[in-house]
Amino acid sequence: MGTDDRINDFAIKIATVNGTGSASANTLLMKSIFRSGIPVMGKNYFPSNIQGLPTWYEIRVSKDGYVARSGKVDIMVCMNAETYARDVREVAAGGYLIYDSTWPRPALLKRDDVTVIGVPLARMCNEHFKGVRTRILMKNICYAGVLAALLDLDLERIRELLAETYAKKPALVDSNMQAIQLGYDYAREHFSCPLPLRVARMDKTGGHIMIDGNTAAALGCVYAGATVAAWYPITPSTSLMDAFKSFADKLRIDPQTGKANFAFIQAEDELAAIGMVLGANWNGARSFTATSGPGVSLMGEFLGLGYYAELPAVLFDVQRVGPSTGMPTRTQQCDLLAAAYASHGDTKHVCLYPANPEECFYMAVQAFDLAERLQTPVLVLLDLDIGMNDWMCRDLKWDDSYQPDRGKVLGKEDLEKIDKFYRYLDKDEDGITYRTFPGVHPKGAYFTRGSGHTQLGTYTEDSAEYQLVLDRLLRKFATAKRHMPKPVIEGTGTAKAAIVSIGSCDGAVHEALDVLKGRGVQLDYMRIRAFPFGEEVEKFLADHEVLYVVEQNRDAQLRSLLTLESRVGKSKLRSLLHYSGLPVSSKFIVDGVLADLGEGRRAVAGVVS
Amino acid sequence: MTFIPKPKISHPSLPRNELGLTRREYEGALSTLCAGCGHDSITAGIIEACWGISIRPENLVKLSGIGCSSKTTAYFVSGGHGFNSVHGRMPSIAMGANAANRELYYIGISGDGDSLSIGLGQFCHAIRRNVNMLYIIENNGVYGLTKGQFSASADIGTKAKKGEVNQQPPIDPVLLAMNLGAGFVARSFSGDKAQLVPLIQAGLKYPGFALIDVLSPCVTFNDHEGSTKSYAFTRENYEPVVEADFVPKQREITTEYPEGEATSVLLHDGSRVVLRKLAADYDPTDAHASYDYVQQHIAQGEYLTGLLHCRPTTATEFHALNRTPDQPLNQLPFSALNPGARQLEKLMARYR
Ligand SMILES: Cc1ncc(C[n+]2csc(CCOP(=O)(O)OP(=O)(O)O)c2C)c(N)n1
Ligand code: SF4
Ligand SMILES: [Mg+2]
Repeated sequence: MGTDDRINDFAIKIATVNGTGSASANTLLMKSIFRSGIPVMGKNYFPSNIQGLPTWYEIRVSKDGYVARSGKVDIMVCMNAETYARDVREVAAGGYLIYDSTWPRPALLKRDDVTVIGVPLARMCNEHFKGVRTRILMKNICYAGVLAALLDLDLERIRELLAETYAKKPALVDSNMQAIQLGYDYAREHFSCPLPLRVARMDKTGGHIMIDGNTAAALGCVYAGATVAAWYPITPSTSLMDAFKSFADKLRIDPQTGKANFAFIQAEDELAAIGMVLGANWNGARSFTATSGPGVSLMGEFLGLGYYAELPAVLFDVQRVGPSTGMPTRTQQCDLLAAAYASHGDTKHVCLYPANPEECFYMAVQAFDLAERLQTPVLVLLDLDIGMNDWMCRDLKWDDSYQPDRGKVLGKEDLEKIDKFYRYLDKDEDGITYRTFPGVHPKGAYFTRGSGHTQLGTYTEDSAEYQLVLDRLLRKFATAKRHMPKPVIEGTGTAKAAIVSIGSCDGAVHEALDVLKGRGVQLDYMRIRAFPFGEEVEKFLADHEVLYVVEQNRDAQLRSLLTLESRVGKSKLRSLLHYSGLPVSSKFIVDGVLADLGEGRRAVAGVVS
Repeated sequence: MTFIPKPKISHPSLPRNELGLTRREYEGALSTLCAGCGHDSITAGIIEACWGISIRPENLVKLSGIGCSSKTTAYFVSGGHGFNSVHGRMPSIAMGANAANRELYYIGISGDGDSLSIGLGQFCHAIRRNVNMLYIIENNGVYGLTKGQFSASADIGTKAKKGEVNQQPPIDPVLLAMNLGAGFVARSFSGDKAQLVPLIQAGLKYPGFALIDVLSPCVTFNDHEGSTKSYAFTRENYEPVVEADFVPKQREITTEYPEGEATSVLLHDGSRVVLRKLAADYDPTDAHASYDYVQQHIAQGEYLTGLLHCRPTTATEFHALNRTPDQPLNQLPFSALNPGARQLEKLMARYR
């Protein structure tokens, strides 16, 4: 091993054109690394387009298990002439550049601090394969072969993955393998393989899977017992609904009767989708929808009805870049405020903020329990990065003793015993009242409305009666705080400064904390997992003098929410805002914290050296 | 407006239905609509219809949007479950509720503003989905609740109270529904209870989407001369062509129908809708014929009423198409919904 060797610790970026089959090549590479026991991250930066626009895929190999972007590219595979110039610029000094040398590329000669590796991919594939489409597809598989040689990937593992992917079309296994071999052999013949940057087997991925958050959330919905799914297609939430449908088609068909124990409704728009979800939940079925920012905007009026008429509902908002249509295939955390306060009037919503696919699964289940316990819509905020990228996380586990928390529902026997039922009467003084379902018992009848109502459930325009219900809703929100998932708090608890963050920033924050520690800056860390904020959040905010709020939007929405909904003083909160549309990198956070601390102010962070 | 409960004292001699309930037990809160409003007559028709076919009050789900018409769900069957949702979006609530429990009766009450302007999309898509519900549009040609603006059902040339003349073509919910494939499409008039009650009964029993467009004059904003939705105009220009009788399963058809005038449509539960044609050249069970017939008459300024089109659509009903079980989804045991820990463990293999 040379002194420059960097085993299992580097990032590869692959620039291609979408619709050319590069996705399978990239997944193949990532999965073969994962199966070699090495922690790996794969992120897809794709266009809002079906074919022909630039797309990138970033693979980070990290022996230390860091799952975020590092902010640095060590190997660039340039397969797209259009983005060539900028791709070349992005490679770190000392890095590698792989390009298709079928055609000369004078521009690339401008960088002499990187090693250039030219492979005649197009020429080789044209010689070996027939048909325009096949040649294009194989060219992409071919670069995977080149990388396999350069990085010392196990070809057997690649074959095994191909065999699984094309289990039903074995001919494709051979042709793909042929393309892999072409690239592999060429690289071994012309360059000294493997590179100092390479992989070597580890055993750090046992008990782990690679899964995207949309799939995990959908699985959570299946396990939570959701029966009515209604939606309107929108990137990046669509795959959540697709996944639910495909799981349900397998797991929810009655083996005896062939009947479907679920209803899957593609609505005419998001207004209808959330309407259906509210209607189904009102009628006692667990029901959910998934959407993204534009859909949340459309759902506003209905979400207010859900809040005021106290209807459970579960909504997954897979956030994408705004404002407006924004950049549909890029990631942001830009709906934090829109979700918390969706709809007019004094309305606020319970929100959950998963940080990774594993948490998406468990929080999906929790969202249904909370929605029914609190009788209110619950918004689960994923983002494109969590929702659509494969993340390495621990195996999902299920506890068969779980029973859904349906909250305060009066059944037939309960109603038999009582004299009279009043829908909005706070009998238990926790702000949560009892509900009934239609058709259960004559005494259970009541009237649901979004107009002013009394605690007895009747229409009102009387100020006092109206306020009684509105104030009780506040008490319910206070009760909600006790049911919310607690924040994750890390660190020694002795630092004066801390990072406060949310959702998918988590991976980058963790790495940043380690890097900062290495540079003598010790910070505590709190990851907020839910709104409304509970006492643990308040305490952490109170216990620190400086709080770096790391989030992925321009307007510091988490910081705003904290200043509005907790006791923290605004001046303590310093924003580190990342809103390029790419997932935040650890480098961004490290640089931001160091820049703010400056030399003189390091004392704040409790610097060791 | 406040909630005015009605005293529920029923005289022992009041007639009782099969459940032993009197008409009083199908009433709701006291209406707060204008005296003489057509909507109140429809409410009375619904009460009569539900009592007549002995619907269990708690099995009736009453849905509505926003408008004077939409308020009326509070004025009938107080023992039913009411849901006054948001403007124009009742169909989606109905869809969700119906998906959760297919066993209940769903009646949606809407206005011409609620269904044909803000809610046109949801109205159309509920028809396309063939949701099993009775959908009543209380059609007065105006937005009553916001004080008399023209609605999308206002006819060309109809005059507003302040003299403005509508120049835009109307949307006719009957033609629209037929066009979208609805299997039960009727038009009626709030003032014709004899026609309306059996239509409501048949619509409630019909196993799919059933529409009744009911002309329901707004006495406050659209009952003047020059309006085409006034009582006077309606009495003059609306022509019954197919009357419907609803015949419950257990009962024999006792009425004598003249040869060639009656056709009966069998419903899934064995009950029947008998269509009595008043026009010999018209086949109300044929979708194309019904559409052409109604449209040609509208072109001549004649508004036909009655059960204008009725055909079985059971195969395309929402639950039939989605292959949901007979047992309502909201009553399936958790064990039938949760695949369990071992299944999850197996699934993990896919993601390695
Ligand atoms: C989103 C929204 N926009 C506007 C309104 C105001 N609004 C209330 S009822 C109504 C029209 C009702 O007309 P229609 O459905 O014909 O009922 P009618 O009162 O005539 O029976 C309007 C525009 C509202 N409630 N919600
Ligand atoms: S305004 Fe018109 S529609 Fe509304 S209650 Fe009065 S008469 Fe009826
Ligand atoms: Mg109207």
